Amino acid sequence: MKQIKIDPITRLEGHGKIDIFLNDDGEVANTYFQIPELRGFEQFCVGRPVEEMPRITTRICGVCPEAHHMASAKACDAVFHVEIPPTAKKLRELLYNVFYAGDHTTHFYALGGPDFVVGPDAPKAQRNILGVVAKVGLEVGGKVIEMRRRTQEVIKILGGKNTHQVTSLPGGVSKGINEEERKLIEEHCKWFVDFGKFTIQVFNDIVLKNKAYVDLILSDMFSMKIYSMGLVDEKNRVNFYDGKVRVVDPDGKEFVKYSPNDYLDVVSEHVEPWTYLKFPFLKKVGWKGFVEGKDSGIYRATPLSRLNAADGMPTPAAQEEYDRMYKTLGGKPVHATLATHWARTIELLSAAEMALDLVRDPEITGTNIRAIPTATPTEGVGIVEAPRGTLTHHYITDEKGILRKANLIVGTTNNYAPISLSINKAARGLIKKGTTVTDGILNTVEMAFRAYDPCFGCATHTLPGQMPLVVNIRNKDGEIIQEIKRN
Amino acid sequence: MAKPKLALYWASSCGGCEIAVLDIQEKILDVANAFDIVFWPVAMDFKYDDVRKMEDKSIDLCLFNGAIRNSENAELAHLLRAKSKALVAFGSCAHEGCIPALANLTTKDAILKWVYKDSPSTVSLNGGVYPQTHTKMPEGEIEIPEMWGTVKSLDQVIDVDYYVPGCPPQPFQIWNVIEYILSGKPLPPKGSVLGADDKTCCDECPRERKEKKIKKFFRPYEILPDPNECLLDQGIICMGPATRSGCGALCTKANMPCRGCYGAPPNVVDQGAKMVSALSSVVDSQDPNEIDEILNQIADPLGTFYRFSMAHSILKRVDKI
Ligand code: SF4
Ligand code: SF4
Ligand code: SF4
Repeated sequence: MKQIKIDPITRLEGHGKIDIFLNDDGEVANTYFQIPELRGFEQFCVGRPVEEMPRITTRICGVCPEAHHMASAKACDAVFHVEIPPTAKKLRELLYNVFYAGDHTTHFYALGGPDFVVGPDAPKAQRNILGVVAKVGLEVGGKVIEMRRRTQEVIKILGGKNTHQVTSLPGGVSKGINEEERKLIEEHCKWFVDFGKFTIQVFNDIVLKNKAYVDLILSDMFSMKIYSMGLVDEKNRVNFYDGKVRVVDPDGKEFVKYSPNDYLDVVSEHVEPWTYLKFPFLKKVGWKGFVEGKDSGIYRATPLSRLNAADGMPTPAAQEEYDRMYKTLGGKPVHATLATHWARTIELLSAAEMALDLVRDPEITGTNIRAIPTATPTEGVGIVEAPRGTLTHHYITDEKGILRKANLIVGTTNNYAPISLSINKAARGLIKKGTTVTDGILNTVEMAFRAYDPCFGCATHTLPGQMPLVVNIRNKDGEIIQEIKRN
Repeated sequence: MAKPKLALYWASSCGGCEIAVLDIQEKILDVANAFDIVFWPVAMDFKYDDVRKMEDKSIDLCLFNGAIRNSENAELAHLLRAKSKALVAFGSCAHEGCIPALANLTTKDAILKWVYKDSPSTVSLNGGVYPQTHTKMPEGEIEIPEMWGTVKSLDQVIDVDYYVPGCPPQPFQIWNVIEYILSGKPLPPKGSVLGADDKTCCDECPRERKEKKIKKFFRPYEILPDPNECLLDQGIICMGPATRSGCGALCTKANMPCRGCYGAPPNVVDQGAKMVSALSSVVDSQDPNEIDEILNQIADPLGTFYRFSMAHSILKRVDKI
């Protein structure tokens, strides 16, 4: 559905709302996590030339425009039945992996990380990037800012603009790189790999060596046994840009592996009247509401679920970390929501290694970067793994390539039901009969959904940010008896 | 002396404008030092209620991005207008509606019907479940804002003092605006466009423009353009002549045509009309029928010429489709 103003950033930060209802006993009766907005991309793009979609759909989200740009370009290639030249594919993939490394950095250090690095119980004034810097040293803060600057520099070279890229179009890319640019990007990519290793070290030292944190990660309140989704290559290794989507069941067994074209056989979306966002679920299992288990069709599409859905990582250092994570947490699959942060650091390293491989590929400076489509355009589906979940663009055109129908299922949307359920579990875990509801609940609730990185982290990169959030506590008559907000 | 108070807000927005503000990199710390930031939901923890409690005109500068798409966007626009001395429509969405305003080429009903009923992945029960502003759940009633039928630019809803164009505005331009304000220089006349330049995108574009006349238009995927020649001269629709300068011609430098995100050039009311007049000078024919034929090759003129400015155009919205 992605017409939703699917930039959950907006939704969650500026416009999100959680209602927690208490029953007569003062226990949680239910929780609602509402998304208040719909922009309608799928409908208003009808009538547009399909090749414009990679430049239009970037405006769905300014935080990960790269993901829309790529999914859209891939859908366009499919619409025109065109195979893009290997150099073009590598250039797109290079951009995409660099974007991934940068994006995961942001989330880990500025948004999700502070809970761990500074500690979940730290005063909230410290639970932010500045608190992280205070704890681990100025050097880290400097590195994070440098990481962001460097990734943006590469994205601008490859994508034309650092927000809302323009270079991918049906058949390939509009612009290649020369040897000088290649060298510059290679230097950056080496740095990204070091930064990825460094980040894993940070996670190790600060989180894993602290038993309290590990206990928190493994606690029941933060565990959810549901299906896991992620894109994999032909060897079933994690891939962000291309491949098939694999779904494993709560026991880790392959449930389905599908080509982008077959997504409608696998994924459906459920509508509720109280929110503008739809709830995707596995069609064959069915929508059973906000419940866990094999009989419930809800699934996650997150860093952790990608690792669960794959057999391994495509690069060596990330593979070592992958093995170590599953060994430490007792084997696959892992259902601990907070382990998503760990998975994210492994993906960061993998993306950096992948980018370095690509920029060292002799073909990357090739000049054959576009194939001119010749077949009559019809219909196509493009899928990439956005950092926040599997992203599907599906276009149907007339014979002139004018868009007639579009269907989008956007990254965070996949996780809407699990996020709602995580919030619910956290609230139930914390609010018992007689509990005085405090700010501590707020942060725990936040931790439950912050692990998903629901695309609201963008602006907290460099400023000490805390997600604004209102939680309404209502009594059995629906009256608000308490409103908790940050500060 | 007290620092000037700054507010930033996003209405119906993709978030890219906020990212662009952060992309001024370490200078963001200068902003944080120079201003007392009193409201910035994406980065700070002030709430709507905190704004409501502020005195009228107590915010010195408010940068407002995003279009007005629903009741909540409008409410915040009115609120921030009341509280702000200088209010800036920041970025293409607030300025002219941007891509979300392409929704004015269709209807709210069509959008809702597609999203919640007809789209192929949607399971629609009992003839369609649609979002409601108020829903009675077993536990009580919950609310969401009302989506509007027409996307509006900010100045169609409240009085706006200045405009910063671009989707998103380029970070160096954002810094120019902030630096100007920090310099204490007198504020420019109301209605001024800030953070952009006074020519057209063509004036910043390094491609060579000839007086070549064209008989055929190509879509960007159809040809491999010469990297040094004007794209429009090569028959690819490029909005450069109808677009304000300021971005540095980023797209044409990446070998893609401009799509007009910096809005209409100075002294031009309607970007699409400007484009039509620019095209008339490149079409190689005097014969009205042939001119028609050549112009008919342009796929989706409405959605192309008004890609970023539909809400603000003389059309504003298309009633029936
Ligand atoms: S102007 Fe562009 S970058 Fe800014 S909010 Fe609108 S779509 Fe996003
Ligand atoms: S029309 Fe486009 S390509 Fe030609 S000079 Fe203007 S901006 Fe450059
Ligand atoms: S070239 Fe045109 S579309 Fe591209 S950034 Fe500049 S004004 Fe916007």
